Amino acid sequence: MAEKRRVRGRIIRKEEISPGIFDMWLNAEEIAASAAAGQFVSLYSEDESRLLPRPISICEIDKKEGAVRLVFRVAGKGTKEFSRMAAGMELDMVGPLGNGFPLQEKAAFLIGGGIGIPPMLELARELNCEKKVILGYRDSLFLNEEFRQYGDVYIATEDGSAGTKGNVLDAISEHALQADVIYACGPLPMLRAIKLYASLNQIECYVSLEERMACGIGACLGCVCQSKERDAHTNVNNKRICKEGPVFRADEVEF
Amino acid sequence: MNMRVNLAGVEFKNPVMTASGTFGSGEEFSEFVDLNRLGAVVTKGVANVPWEGNPVPRVSEVCGGMLNAIGLQNPGIDLFVERDIPFLKQYDTKIIVNVCGKSAKDYCEVVERLSGEPVDMLEINISCPNVKEGGIAFGQNPKSVEAITKEVKKYAAQPVIMKLSPNVTDITEMARAAEAGGADVLSLINTLTGMKIDIWKRQFALANKTGGLSGPAIHPIAVRMVYQTAQAVSLPIIGMGGIMTAEDAIEMMLAGASAVSVGTANFRNPCVTEEILDGMQNYLEQQGISDVFELTGALL
Repeated sequence: MAEKRRVRGRIIRKEEISPGIFDMWLNAEEIAASAAAGQFVSLYSEDESRLLPRPISICEIDKKEGAVRLVFRVAGKGTKEFSRMAAGMELDMVGPLGNGFPLQEKAAFLIGGGIGIPPMLELARELNCEKKVILGYRDSLFLNEEFRQYGDVYIATEDGSAGTKGNVLDAISEHALQADVIYACGPLPMLRAIKLYASLNQIECYVSLEERMACGIGACLGCVCQSKERDAHTNVNNKRICKEGPVFRADEVEF
Repeated sequence: MNMRVNLAGVEFKNPVMTASGTFGSGEEFSEFVDLNRLGAVVTKGVANVPWEGNPVPRVSEVCGGMLNAIGLQNPGIDLFVERDIPFLKQYDTKIIVNVCGKSAKDYCEVVERLSGEPVDMLEINISCPNVKEGGIAFGQNPKSVEAITKEVKKYAAQPVIMKLSPNVTDITEMARAAEAGGADVLSLINTLTGMKIDIWKRQFALANKTGGLSGPAIHPIAVRMVYQTAQAVSLPIIGMGGIMTAEDAIEMMLAGASAVSVGTANFRNPCVTEEILDGMQNYLEQQGISDVFELTGALL
């Protein structure tokens, strides 16, 4: 019992890879040892007035070096603080948290939208199958080059500055892409459209959801989503995104 | 050094408890904390039937605290009795079950159901600010506080803690009313009703619009209310409200609390309850105090 701890993660390196998007490698051996694609970590502010952990998805795991890579967008004071930290500095972390993507060995779409793109990189690395990676951006690109080693990469941008002008589904139809399983992370409108697409085409589909969290470990019931069936733990039609999720079968949750 | 405290005839191994709603029924935190070390686990509120709770977003951080409007989502007493109580019975800690309801009948149904269960105390939530019926509706008027306390006491086999709201003009009136109704212990404070607005989206931060403010921002209010209440009634008090450290816990006891509950701090550090207990023991040792009970009300 009581085998988990809050640990100090040491920043190995950090850089801004796109305006407001930061790429940070942290040394945190216990977390790296058991982490898998689609899980997240809680990062804690050093400033006591910012109480709650920031849940950030894991972008890459280096088990040999005991390190995890986080790519996050500055969205408020907490992430701004992390973005200003430098190599060698430490911060409190808990993880890995939640359930990751189930690894299926069949032709897959890996779809990431905006700041939903980072967890797809570790998934691309772990999946052993034919992979088509579809990445949606508003304008400036990030991480896209790194996906090329794992599969074919298709880009969609809202402003048309790169790849297909439009969204990830526009890119899929433009290139007439096909898959037997879909993994997706990104903004809700994108996930809703993908869920519909998967259901119409009868493709197995997994989505990673996000919600405002407090504890991050399943105790506070802050971050629930509606579930189709009564959930065994909560005994109501709610699932905890931090605990049963963040990855769900698209057809088991309402969003 | 004695860390044991006695509240209404129940002996706790130490005065450090968990605040209802922040700790589930202990299962999730058992990965981070040795529950055997805690004075008690106070469970999340449970009702006679499952409750879905409020829409999301349910939580929002504010400077020095957080707002929540979970809406008392809970699995209902049947599953709670079948699963949560046996889970907690594996540990050498006391079990305090927080009870919520929409009507006096709901509360009594749960309390009666628990009368044959191996739980040590009941905490009656008459102070949740985030539900339309029940909750705080019972806790803002001395007459209804006294009435609900009397009603619950008729069915309770275990000592009854009435959990008071700070969202009142004078908390000592509610404390006296609970005492008159036959309460065995008081716990205070629940959260303070607050609101946060996102000025860019022109939206409320919480779907419920209002939520309960907790965290270090409310600690001085909690200390003041415990101090006032301790002077107004002779019942033992479990003090809570923004306790983040051993120092905060000790402060609460000096103000009149016989035990303390740690809530929002669990979200900042899932191991914090054990750290607070260690810190309290260190303080007592440093100060040459042999019994933690000597702290209680030392400044009254």
